[in-house]
Parts: sequence; C-alpha cells; structure tokens
Amino acid sequence: MRKRSLTLFSDGNLLRRENTLYFENANDKKPLAVEGIYDIYIYGHVNISSQALHFLAQKGIAVHFFNHYGYYDGSFYPRETLHSGNLVIKQAEHYLDPEKRLKLAKLFVKGSALNMGRNLMRWGVADGFAGELEKLLGELGEARKITEVMNVEARIREEYYSRWDEHLPEGFRIVKRTRMPPENEMNALISFLNSRLYATVLSELYNTQLTPTVSYLHEPGERRFSLALDLSEVFKPVIADRIATRLVKQGVIKKEHFRGELNGVLLTKEGMRLVLEHYNTELAKSVKHPGLKQNVTKQRLVRLEAYKLIKHLLGVKEYEPLVAWF
Amino acid sequence: MNYLFICPTKLWYFSHGITMEGENEWVDLGRFLHERRYADEEKEVLIERIKIDFIRKGDTIEIHEVKLGKSMERAHEMQALYYLYYLKRLGIKAKAALHYPKLNETKEITLDGHEEEVEKAVQFARVVKSLPAPPEPVKSKKCKKCAYYELCWV
Ligand code: SF4
Repeated sequence: MRKRSLTLFSDGNLLRRENTLYFENANDKKPLAVEGIYDIYIYGHVNISSQALHFLAQKGIAVHFFNHYGYYDGSFYPRETLHSGNLVIKQAEHYLDPEKRLKLAKLFVKGSALNMGRNLMRWGVADGFAGELEKLLGELGEARKITEVMNVEARIREEYYSRWDEHLPEGFRIVKRTRMPPENEMNALISFLNSRLYATVLSELYNTQLTPTVSYLHEPGERRFSLALDLSEVFKPVIADRIATRLVKQGVIKKEHFRGELNGVLLTKEGMRLVLEHYNTELAKSVKHPGLKQNVTKQRLVRLEAYKLIKHLLGVKEYEPLVAWF
Repeated sequence: MNYLFICPTKLWYFSHGITMEGENEWVDLGRFLHERRYADEEKEVLIERIKIDFIRKGDTIEIHEVKLGKSMERAHEMQALYYLYYLKRLGIKAKAALHYPKLNETKEITLDGHEEEVEKAVQFARVVKSLPAPPEPVKSKKCKKCAYYELCWV
C-alpha cells in the first residue's frame, strides 16, 4: 500500500481504541488506516490522546501542527529509529569545518537561485535576470562568511520578486516580501505555502538518517529543525511559488479568500482548504527523473535531495541541488 | 551480513547505519538467537514473504528458508552457509535447507567443505565495511529491486 499524507482540517479528537486510530468530530467517528498513513498535518483544533500519540510514535508517523493562521507551529517527531552514528559525525564535521559549511550553504543558495530563474523563464518575465544572476552568483562564489552568503541570497530574491510581480495579476503583487505579518494577499499565500513545504521537507528528513537540527545555510538552533529550512530553499521556487502563481492566475484563490486582521492579511479557512487541496495534488504528481529513469512524485524529489546530501556528507558524490527540468 | 553476497555497496551503507524503508531480506542471526533463545522451542521468523524456520531436533538445529525463485541462489546459499558457520562457532550443530516451492525443489546445505569460502567472504566483508566510503555501485539486474536504488543512482 502506498502511504499517504493525512491532513486534518476540521476540529475534533484523534484517539486510539485497541489497534485502530480514530478521528472523531461532532458528526461522526472515522477509523483511519494507520498502515497507510505517511505523516499527519493538523490545521484544525484537534485534541490528541496520549494513547494516540504512543501509537503514532510506534508506527513512526510524524505529526505537524499549524496554528490558527495556518502557519507552522511544531512537530511531533517520534523518537528517531533510524540512526547512523557515522552520518551524524559527518554532518557535524561539515558544520564545524568553515570551508565545508560554506560550500553547502552556497549550494543551497545556488539551487534556489537557478530554480527562481527557471520560474521566471516559464512565466516569460526573465528579462535581464540571467545577467544579474551571473553577477550575483559570482559574488556568491567569493563569499567567505555565511552572512555574506545570506546577503547575496537576499539580493537574488529581490531581483526575482520584482520580475515575478510583472507576471502576477493586479491585486496579487508581492511588491515587497513581508513575512511577519504578511502585509498583502500574495505574501500571505506564499508564507502559508512555505510553511506547509517546510513540514513536508521535515517529514522526508524524518525518514532518512539525517539529523534535522544540524544545518549549514541557516544557523542550527535558529529554529529547531534548521536543516529542513536549508533544503526548503531549493524547493520553495519549484513548489510553493509555482502553486501560488497558478492559484491566483487561474482565479482559484480570489480576494475573498483573505481576511485582514491585526496580524496582517491572512487566508480564510476556505482559502487554506483550497490551497492545501492543490498542494497535495501537486506533490502527488509524477515527473520522469532523468538520472533514475523512472517516474517520481514531486514529494519524492525532496527525499532524493536528502539522499544527495547524505552522499555528499559521506564523500560519495558532491551535492548538486535540484534544478527543475520540468 | 548476507548483503555481502548481494552487493558490496549495500553492505557498506547498511553497516554504516544507512538503512532503507522496505528492507526486508535481512535477519540478524545473532540478535535473533539472543532475543528468541532459539533452544527453547521451534521458531519461525516471517518477514514479508521470506520465511526462516529454526527447528531444534535433538542437538541439531535445522534452518529452513523458503525462497521465491532462484535468481539469487548463490546469495541464498552463502547466507545459509554463513548462518551455519556462525552457529558452529557458537558450538551449535546445524544444517540448512533452501526451499523453492514454486520449482518444487529443496536444496540441502551443510558447511562441510565450505568453511574456507565463508571465512574469505567474512574477511572481504570486513574490508568493505572498513572503507571510508561505499564502493562505487555497479549497475546490474538486481539494482531494479533493490531498496537502495534511489540512493545509489540519484
Ligand atoms: S542499487 Fe545496485 S549497486 Fe546499489 S546497493 Fe542496490 S544492488 Fe548494490
């Protein structure tokens, strides 16, 4: 059976009776086939019994929680069962050695930048980007500190956002990327998707031997699972930005799917539901992988990225970030 | 251990803690014996479709393994030999049989005359495990079904 992600959007209780997991709300009590669950994403107000958590831990199912505004809150990351002392040491070594850390940090930024370029081409607004990018990637190569790497990244993003805006319909311009809180609709949409993507990456990391707390571009400890932030950089343009663009271009997400609050502009419940529906469909879509010569889902691409990182750390093959060929 | 007889790359990854979901062909004999106290009773380990029986008959242990096909016959034999070798070193008399129900065949295996072969293999495994990085993968028919396929070839 192919395991699937489970999204709980409504309010209710998650509980375990005997060897069955149930989701119960005002209307009914639904059994959930636990063997078929890959991970769980909780957006509603859900009470979880400790028995249910024990059960999920036993089955190695991670649970990701999102707050009232749809942003990532935290994860229930069951005690890791996949261990490799050898890999943990390599991960730490690549963090502690400044050269090795810089190399990986730069690769994440480079991958992200090239994917931004791919998007702009797709959207037909790549004017002048290639030239700017070449210059900025040159500077990236020269960077000697992580802060410098971050700096270059920020400038690449600026170039990217200004062009991306030309492709977006009036009323859904990013203008200036704002996060906490997002000041307009497009920013809210991007933040929401990035948040969900981060949790996807975390789930994939959970299923490998990588320790998600040791990271390279982001400072470990900046957030708990900072390696998921590193890998997310590569996938944000390919997954989150593309979905966001499609949703507003096709009019699936409209102005009415947002509300203004003290906390800035936010997606409504219905808006979130629609976005998640499209997100899940998108991640289940397959593309032909040129190296593996087989079809892999977009979600699986995240796992493959983790494998590439493992190989880099073990000294098998230098990491080359995914650049969307699709 | 039987990874060795399938693929050195896999052996290296596995012995360095890089395990894969969907891995099912592996039974750690030492752990099995330790946990189950083989001597107490007849035991059966069923892992997906591969079945291993440990049967105690008098002072001899019989290992029965049911295999689906012969495509990995050599690996199965080496694995059985390794079990026998391992048990012998623990001072336990044992013999093994590989069953191929689909082909209606059974192959009896004893350690006699194979000890040196197993020792060489164990030695080779030690060398592979001690390498700083996994040996280059070599693409073959078995890769298609291997749980390490993506890791090796991405
Ligand atoms: S994919 Fe092939 S080379 Fe890699 S571990 Fe499996 S059998 Fe060995």
